[in-house]
Amino acid sequence: MAREIPDGTDLVILPGGFSYGDYLRCGAMAARSPVMQAVIDHGRRGGLLLGICNGFQVLTETRLLPGALLTNRIPAFICRPCLLRVESTATPFTSMYAEGQVVQFPIAHADGRYTLPDDELKALEDRGGVVFRYCDGAGNVTEESNPNGAMNGIAGIVNEGGNILGLMPHPERASEAILGGVDGCAFWRSIFSTLQERRV
Amino acid sequence: MDFRRYGIREEEYLAAREALGREPNECELRILGVMWSEHCSYKSTKHLLKLFPNKGDKVVLGPGENAGIVDLGDGLGAAFKVESHNHPSAVAPYQGAATGVGGIIRDILALGARPVASMDGLFFGAPGHGKTAMLSSGIVRGVGDYGNAVGVPTVGGKTVYDPSYNENPLLNAFNLGLVRLDEIVSSQTAKPGQLVVLLGSKTGRDGIAGAAFASAELSDDAKADRPSIQIGDPFAEKLLIEACLELQAKRLIVSMQDMGAAGITSSSSEVAAKSGVGMVLAFDKVPLRAADMEPWEIALSESQERMLLIVEPRHLEEVMAVAERWELDCAVIGETTEGDGYSILFHGEEVASFPASLVGDGCPPIHWPARKPDNLEKGWELDVETLPLPEDWNETLLSLLSEPSLASKEWIYDQYDSMVQTNTVRGPGHPVSVLRIKGRETLVAMVLDADPWKCALDPFRGGAEAVARTVRALAVAGAEPLGLTDCLNFPSPENPEQYWVMMECIKGMAACCEALQCPVVSGNVSLYNESAAGAILPTPVIGTVGVIPSVGQFLPSGRWHDGDVLFQVGPCIPSLAGSQYLLMREGRNRGRPLEFLPDVEAGFVRRALKTARDGVASSGRAVAGGGLAVAIAREATESGLGAVVSFEIPTRRDVLLFGEGGARALYSVPMAKVPLFKSLWRGFPLLELGRVQGAELEINGVISVPVDTLPSPRRIR
Amino acid sequence: MTAWHVHVYIQLKDGVLDTQGKAVERSLHSLGHDSLQAVKIGKYVQLWINADSEQSARQQAVRMCDDLLVNGIIEQFSVEVEGE
Repeated sequence: MAREIPDGTDLVILPGGFSYGDYLRCGAMAARSPVMQAVIDHGRRGGLLLGICNGFQVLTETRLLPGALLTNRIPAFICRPCLLRVESTATPFTSMYAEGQVVQFPIAHADGRYTLPDDELKALEDRGGVVFRYCDGAGNVTEESNPNGAMNGIAGIVNEGGNILGLMPHPERASEAILGGVDGCAFWRSIFSTLQERRV
Repeated sequence: MDFRRYGIREEEYLAAREALGREPNECELRILGVMWSEHCSYKSTKHLLKLFPNKGDKVVLGPGENAGIVDLGDGLGAAFKVESHNHPSAVAPYQGAATGVGGIIRDILALGARPVASMDGLFFGAPGHGKTAMLSSGIVRGVGDYGNAVGVPTVGGKTVYDPSYNENPLLNAFNLGLVRLDEIVSSQTAKPGQLVVLLGSKTGRDGIAGAAFASAELSDDAKADRPSIQIGDPFAEKLLIEACLELQAKRLIVSMQDMGAAGITSSSSEVAAKSGVGMVLAFDKVPLRAADMEPWEIALSESQERMLLIVEPRHLEEVMAVAERWELDCAVIGETTEGDGYSILFHGEEVASFPASLVGDGCPPIHWPARKPDNLEKGWELDVETLPLPEDWNETLLSLLSEPSLASKEWIYDQYDSMVQTNTVRGPGHPVSVLRIKGRETLVAMVLDADPWKCALDPFRGGAEAVARTVRALAVAGAEPLGLTDCLNFPSPENPEQYWVMMECIKGMAACCEALQCPVVSGNVSLYNESAAGAILPTPVIGTVGVIPSVGQFLPSGRWHDGDVLFQVGPCIPSLAGSQYLLMREGRNRGRPLEFLPDVEAGFVRRALKTARDGVASSGRAVAGGGLAVAIAREATESGLGAVVSFEIPTRRDVLLFGEGGARALYSVPMAKVPLFKSLWRGFPLLELGRVQGAELEINGVISVPVDTLPSPRRIR
Repeated sequence: MTAWHVHVYIQLKDGVLDTQGKAVERSLHSLGHDSLQAVKIGKYVQLWINADSEQSARQQAVRMCDDLLVNGIIEQFSVEVEGE
């Protein structure tokens, strides 16, 4: 099994899926697989690290991001389009969005209920670590528009260093018109523009 | 020799003894008992299946292989098949459904195709029946959990409720994969002197004699049957998919076969028979999960997530290296030889030996007697004039849209990941499912459908209608039908009336396949779907696949534009026979469905394809369950727009609005394109219905309902 | 060295909403189990560990819990060792 990531890697993406079949806990075994030390080091060095869905679960298991993703409030897998409010454009992943913008990314998960102890939740909110929240068409964060019971409607967060992002919804599934939506394109353009700036 | 205790009939025992030239031993009898069960041997139906047309210039691989393959153009093929897992799902719904999905995926994989889409056919009992909630939720979770975890999107399906499925739910799993035509793995290319290799999970006692279980009616003591249930591991299956495709890409394998019913024995003997080689297997080399397994148990185990490979000796080391990288067990369990002898050794001792073709092909077919049911024509009695018209048409439409078989199945498909692999252009909840193919313009479209009620009333017409419904839906979307797969779910063939019904269904299906030039490339049969409580309705399930040249030539549903003109194309006089409306109002199924008209169907398909290809309409939907009114309501809710529909009624209003059958479609056409549309449909019955406008659905002054109060899947924005 | 049979019981911490437990509670009530007050769903893991002593087996099991089996943010656990 691989233990290294290539020299000069700018961005590591932990994609969605069912690593290790979601056995034991989602992302638990993937987070402890041999290559993860190199991924953790990359994140600690300030490299860009993105975790989508199962990837977000892996990032919480490594403690690179705080909290845990628990079973959805209604315990069932749910796959559908979902509205999100962009809370922060101060990250390399969201710089091309507007603050408060409502975007549509699909979700597809059974364990997306973002949870952490109250004091940590406050600290996360206070430092502006929440990047996406579930919302309705008018941008209101309501219980109804929250598909999984995540605390404070949290769909995606960023670490203190601002280089590690985890989110449950799938921007890569909303990046082509033929697949039904292009709100995800700005996500990749943000990353690309950040990396270009870093090169200069 | 008491052959009966192994589930073998007398003529089968005699045929085996004749072929062997001696008495079969116990191990051989056990093997025959499973390999010659209905589920494995198709002994009651193989002669009937020959009635299906299975050739065509788009057919690359026809029936008799792991799956069928059609040509999508530019050197790419679509491999697809549908398979039932009915009896296991009745006893252990979650695992029965999960392993059904796993099994069909491996059939596609065995051809070297990457599985890219699944559909599920679900047939549940009446919602109020005690078991239905438990069975339906378990089956849905099983389909979802396995499909999601293995990373293949479930993009469509068909769900139906009827009391005849109360004790006998049906689970038909469809899968489609993509393969380059020059990379298809064959089961006919093994040569003597090659190695027989087992790849995948360890072998245990799962599903021992499960195939025989599938051929027997469900007893009341179903709990005691539980040891026959297989357990699925979707994570292992994902590893298996990647390992097999890597082996194929590196050209390290000669042949590949999935291990399904009757596990090692059926897969290995099939390769041997098809390739014309013999085989010697050493069962002590099989990696085992349970201790002290006897040779016959190893032979018949249905442990999941295993594939059989034929490998050239010089490639073995690399094959083992690939298996190790994917953390899969891999063991040489035998070798191919000259001749056609198939021999099983256990610790050096020969425990079974027979000609390779005996188990796969040697089962004597059974021609059960057939008799037309005495009361069939009585069931056709339906004097429409004696039916009272609805008092409240709004209420009738809303009730019909809420009927379990017609209502939104969102609660089901929300549990399925329909988007993984990022190819889904149109997913569940639409008339057809559409996938894009990365790097190409072509789209592949597919649909799964059935009409058990019409099959029960007039099996020939019902069989034809079931096939026609799939082809009409594809054509309206702009997809040229390439071929279909079928799952024949029927009760016991030993009942002459039921056997006659099955024969007639097959004949009707064949007639429609012929007329629409849509060959049957693969399929499955599931018999004995009945219990003391009764038999299921005759339920042929059809999965049809088509190709759309580009996204610009795809005509979606639910895309009305304000001001569009609404048309119905097709015969204006449908029938209430076997309709959801009549079932709802009367609680019983009666009437004679419409006659099958091959020329009309073919004419419809031609014009529908041209309508889509030439971009003449905004939106289109074939008229199916629930009739025209339901089609209009569904278009309205999907579009989020209302309509004023007002036209001359050529027949009783309830017959026109809720009747079913015949090649019909609802189109929404921009004003500017109306003359073109009319000329395209010249020579075909055409009814101008009205106009898209406002936010209410008004139909002929009897229906007036705000669109946002119609039952519908949630709207996001 | 003997083989020790170790039982590990893993539960969600108090205060963490157990949605599976709630759903099962509702289903049991609807089946007529009116006397049921609450349901909590956890995991039961069995380990067979070679060790010189019961204490050593216990320590190894606890380390396995810390390393992988238990997510300390949201789960708590208990370990029971029985001899082989």
